[in-house]
Amino acid sequence: MLIKKPNDIPSSEVTPKSAYVSRRTFITGAIATGAALAGGLYLRNTGSGDGSVEANGAKLTDIIKSPFSTTEKPTSFKDITNYNNYYEFSADKYEPNGLSKNFRTRPWTVKIGGEVKKPKTLDIDTILKLAPLEERIYRHRCVEGWSMVIPWVGFPLSALIKQADPLPRAKFVAFETILAPDQMPNQKRRVLDWPYVEGLRMDEAMHPLAILAVGLYDEVLPNVDGAPLRLVVPWKYGFKGIKAIVKINFVEKMPPTTWNIMAPTEYGFYSNVNPSKDHPRWSQAMERRIGDSVFAPKHQTLMFNGYADQVASLYSGMDLQQYY
Amino acid sequence: MKAPSQTVVRALKVLLFLICLGPLSVLVWKGFHQQLGANPVDVITRSTGRWTLTFLLITLGITPLRKLLSSPWVVRFRRMLGLFAFFYGTLHLTTYIWLDKFFDVPAMLHDIAKRRFITAGVTAWTLILPLALTSTAGWIRRLGGKRWQRLHRLIYFSATAGVIHFIWLVKADLRRPLTYGAILAILLAYRLASWLATKTKSRAVATHDSLTSVRP
Repeated sequence: MLIKKPNDIPSSEVTPKSAYVSRRTFITGAIATGAALAGGLYLRNTGSGDGSVEANGAKLTDIIKSPFSTTEKPTSFKDITNYNNYYEFSADKYEPNGLSKNFRTRPWTVKIGGEVKKPKTLDIDTILKLAPLEERIYRHRCVEGWSMVIPWVGFPLSALIKQADPLPRAKFVAFETILAPDQMPNQKRRVLDWPYVEGLRMDEAMHPLAILAVGLYDEVLPNVDGAPLRLVVPWKYGFKGIKAIVKINFVEKMPPTTWNIMAPTEYGFYSNVNPSKDHPRWSQAMERRIGDSVFAPKHQTLMFNGYADQVASLYSGMDLQQYY
Repeated sequence: MKAPSQTVVRALKVLLFLICLGPLSVLVWKGFHQQLGANPVDVITRSTGRWTLTFLLITLGITPLRKLLSSPWVVRFRRMLGLFAFFYGTLHLTTYIWLDKFFDVPAMLHDIAKRRFITAGVTAWTLILPLALTSTAGWIRRLGGKRWQRLHRLIYFSATAGVIHFIWLVKADLRRPLTYGAILAILLAYRLASWLATKTKSRAVATHDSLTSVRP
């Protein structure tokens, strides 16, 4: 089901097919990552040498390649950072890049609480050292019918969740974006119900494909893409990937999510990429790959954005037409 | 305002024609210089769509303008402006048919039936099509002034459908579509007001006539 495209990545860098389709390898990879985590084998240099990776554009080092990465050609840095929905800055996809230039990502703390044994407030620089950083080249599918291939740098969300040690009654994870109307011009107006909130079911959040991203193309995450910390859930539509996270709460009941509040018939809680679930505005059967020629045919959208082998089991027995 | 000579009007028409081609020239130039951004089809769609609405509103602005300035000659630019609205609307529709749907007829029919903003957009274009076709002097003669004028009031409905199309396609932040909507509302309100005024005046005249039997 994976889209095959001729790619210009050297064959040495191409992940063998077996590594990304075989479930066994998948599990092995997860165990390996876990082992690396437990052993604390990966000490990372943070670029500037003084332990801060504040500046946009600073190099991130000691990034591990991941077997979960796609071999498709990544979208250019320019396109990723210049075509983006970030409603806190603008409803126009071309504007957030410029408007987010002076967004302050330091000091930055993330408050972790709710149904957990160890509620805590973590500094972003502590979060950056929580787990080895991995490059995850993921397909990114926007609900608007366009897609990219993005070389994120981040770590599994599960690593942070384990730190918080959630109680058994924690069934969902709720995320919240910073509320900073002085820096985010659109937060001064009720374009959406601010602050932006998103959520995942616990098993989705613990899935090895779900990551917290802190970088892009081996560099510190640009402000426009949700610096300093954003969620990436590659089998869901892009808006689930909440940006500039300041709060992570563990809750018993399904938490509210911003676009669902805005238009419940259009955006569900799950928002899994699903070509057979039509959206009132856009056909979800096809997608335009950003960077393709204007005259190039669109790509067929794949169930769970092509990650069905890994994630379909999370939803077995669920009617995905009803729970969209 | 004093009416300019025939030659000046003709020169102004040529100038206006070139200005109206401006938005298209910008798109073509950007296209050849890789300046259309990450999603060129999106940029082309939005640009042609916005210019369609803009030309519709400018066209609708001609009648109030000529009355306010007491310059009947400005009406001589109206046909060209209206045809440019149709031209950009057709480019907009072509972008959808070709670069978005790649001539997939079932997919387009599904869109028209299912997505209300597409329904509104296709309606807007369909309503302006007969106006473009009957824009020639020959058609005005064939239809007769009164009937031609009545037919061409379809532009009110086309522009309304166009603004609704824009409102419905926006996910959040309605400022831009509502700006078009507000201008359209003013232009339509002007017509309503002047229609009511004529009606009242003709009734007043009729009453006056019946009382005095003297023509004013």
